[in-house]
Amino acid sequence: MEITFDLNTIWFILIGVLLTGYAILDGFDLGVGALHLLVKGDKNRRIMINSIGPVWDGNEVWLVTGGGALFAAFPHVYATVFSGFYNAFMLLLFGLIFRAVAIEFRSKQPMEWWRKMWDRAFSFASILIALIMGIALGNIITGIPIGPDKEFVGTFWDLISPYTLMVGVTTVALFMMHGSIYAVMKTENELHDQLKGWVNNTIIFFVICYVATTMTTLVYFPHMTTAFKETPVLFILAILNMLVIANIPREIHHGRDWLAFISSSASIAALLALFAIGLFPTIVLSNPNPEFSLTIYNAASSQKTLNIMLIMAIIGIPFVLAYTISIYWIFRGKVKMDSMSY
Amino acid sequence: MDAEILARVQFAFTIAFHYIYPPLSIGIGVILVIMEGMFLKTKNPLYEKMTKFWVKIFALTFGMGVATGIVMEFEFGTNWATYSRYVGDVFGSALAAEGIFAFFLESGFLAILVFGWDKVSPRMHFFATVMVSLGSMLSAVWIVVANSWQQTPAGYHIVGEGIFARAEITDFWAMVFNPSSVDRLSHVLSGAWLAGAFLVISISAFYILRNIHVDFAKASLKIGLSVAIFASLFQLFTGHQSAMGISETQPAKLAAYEAHFDTSAAAPLYLFGWVNEDEQEVNFGIAIPGMLSYLIHGDSDTPVTGLNKFSENDRPPVNIVFQTYHFMVAIGFALIAISLLGLFYWWRGSLFKKRWLLIIFVFSVLGPQVANQLGWFSAEIGRQPWIVYGLLRTSEGLSKAVESGQIIFSLILFTLIYALLFALFLFLLNSKIQHGPDAPKSFDLEEDSLRTKDANKFKFLKNIFKSEAK
Repeated sequence: MEITFDLNTIWFILIGVLLTGYAILDGFDLGVGALHLLVKGDKNRRIMINSIGPVWDGNEVWLVTGGGALFAAFPHVYATVFSGFYNAFMLLLFGLIFRAVAIEFRSKQPMEWWRKMWDRAFSFASILIALIMGIALGNIITGIPIGPDKEFVGTFWDLISPYTLMVGVTTVALFMMHGSIYAVMKTENELHDQLKGWVNNTIIFFVICYVATTMTTLVYFPHMTTAFKETPVLFILAILNMLVIANIPREIHHGRDWLAFISSSASIAALLALFAIGLFPTIVLSNPNPEFSLTIYNAASSQKTLNIMLIMAIIGIPFVLAYTISIYWIFRGKVKMDSMSY
Repeated sequence: MDAEILARVQFAFTIAFHYIYPPLSIGIGVILVIMEGMFLKTKNPLYEKMTKFWVKIFALTFGMGVATGIVMEFEFGTNWATYSRYVGDVFGSALAAEGIFAFFLESGFLAILVFGWDKVSPRMHFFATVMVSLGSMLSAVWIVVANSWQQTPAGYHIVGEGIFARAEITDFWAMVFNPSSVDRLSHVLSGAWLAGAFLVISISAFYILRNIHVDFAKASLKIGLSVAIFASLFQLFTGHQSAMGISETQPAKLAAYEAHFDTSAAAPLYLFGWVNEDEQEVNFGIAIPGMLSYLIHGDSDTPVTGLNKFSENDRPPVNIVFQTYHFMVAIGFALIAISLLGLFYWWRGSLFKKRWLLIIFVFSVLGPQVANQLGWFSAEIGRQPWIVYGLLRTSEGLSKAVESGQIIFSLILFTLIYALLFALFLFLLNSKIQHGPDAPKSFDLEEDSLRTKDANKFKFLKNIFKSEAK
């Protein structure tokens, strides 16, 4: 496959990077949320929430910026997908709102019913968000019905199929694995040991989902594999992905929690890279009429805008990385609670 | 009901609800910078206590702003897909700039502001406070730029025909500094400073009246009042600048503000009135003859363009624009009046003894909130029937893939969830106000001892929900 690094390709990659950043960062805090109800006791649950306390809303900014960049760089993709997935995205929004509110409000009152109510909201919302994002991703793989005017012509129920649900569940599993490792890294004593025991279970759950999804993709959606047949060297990425997943239990076993976390971050990046390579240069496949697909060329903004945005990205990204790294550095180490904690 | 009305109602409802919070964050952010700056300068622990208390209020409004703000970014695509295709090239880049330059800055340093008291040095913490405040204002910059481009498009050209037509950038800086950007941004920012300042004034006045946290409240009130005096007067100036700009760039909107139907010299300025749109006249009104001409042109004999210059389907609805605009202006003057009264008694040294003024202060928090909402309503309804002024009609901007049933579903859910959110917001704001400031450096790790006092107040609720907890 020939790749020319024109502005359209660069923006395809940059949006991929933003969404990967989002999946890695918000992925662990969604995962912590998905596991939240399994943790018992108010103190332990507070530790769980405070482990993501200073960072979760910064993590969500990656989604907001990714959405903004998509709007600006590929307005047709933004318009078609957001209006086509209307009901699903409304549920996603309600999930995001409830989750944010649950985190903010849980600690503000001491009553048991109050805290339990927000615990549930936090956990269910986290699972719902991951599930819907996974289903959306699944639909990008299967393709969605698009008309000649670039408009979505299906219904809500077209978006729900066994395959897209499977991708949804795989996403939940991936984030649970990632979140459990993060939680191990941020906790100590009994809670730490308990969570450590869960990491293996979440890995097994994820690997089962992952294998099932991959098999189904290979059989039913072979278009995702064309690039790999044409450029076999890309298989390295798939192998790398397996290796980093296999590395997680090893690092956990040796007590090197942060290396395990790096490994699972790398596996998220590798998975999304495989996904992006499978798609390229299409962004949204039109199924059943592939000629109406939205590609990095027919869905893009003008070259001038892509260029302006690239300048913004070059100026902005060093700052973003600097803030992100400093925040994670300042809040490194185990969770310690004080009067400002959630 | 048709999809256009539903989509407009949903957007108006969600943006109006969202807009309660960011102005509070912007306004309190500035006040936090002042308070923490004073603390660094004087080392007086009172300022530390103040900063810590107002940070808690700030964090609450900020959280609400984030939760309701993501909705806005989604809605352009979900409900206004055709609009998004049309403007993505221009509008999208302003939105992306907001993400990359403002949101990352805000959310990153917010972590230090709220959670970093013991993790970084006081200077570093102050730096974080300044950055959060700057970030919140930068996000206002980009979103107001994007909105202003819809009002007064510049720096673009139209490419393609029919349903494939869209606006593309030709000059980025002309887009950013479009004719209304600077006027509208300064107007929005001073409205936000007022929102924050009067929240601080209101809560502080409440403490003084109750005779609790008195030193804390007096010092907070003085800072809030200083910001309010500056911002309310600045608001008069920016409002005037905006109106002058609108008379050139959106004459139909200005004519609707003043219900000015026939282009005529000596255009009157109404203090209030009720517009009869069929008869094209203002009933029950009092007007200053020639004042509108004078304010806009500096000469009461110069004509001001009237609504009849525009064909009927290019005119905004008049009465609602007239009412929201006039009510906003009235509140603006009222805020100036109470700010100056406060200043007068502060100078006389009797500010904290004037109970009637403190009572007005307690309720003054509603003033900027209502005025900010009304201002946006008049600006956006005054833009109708255009979604991008003169280029794309609101009716043409809808999502083609979304049916009215889907919007009814989301609108009902938004209504329910936002009602719940608002109740929770008031409940938590109230419990923070009742709790009051903590003494500095008194960290209570489990916090619960501090909370038992509050908990008693909710005993009745506790009993109601006891079964739920079991």
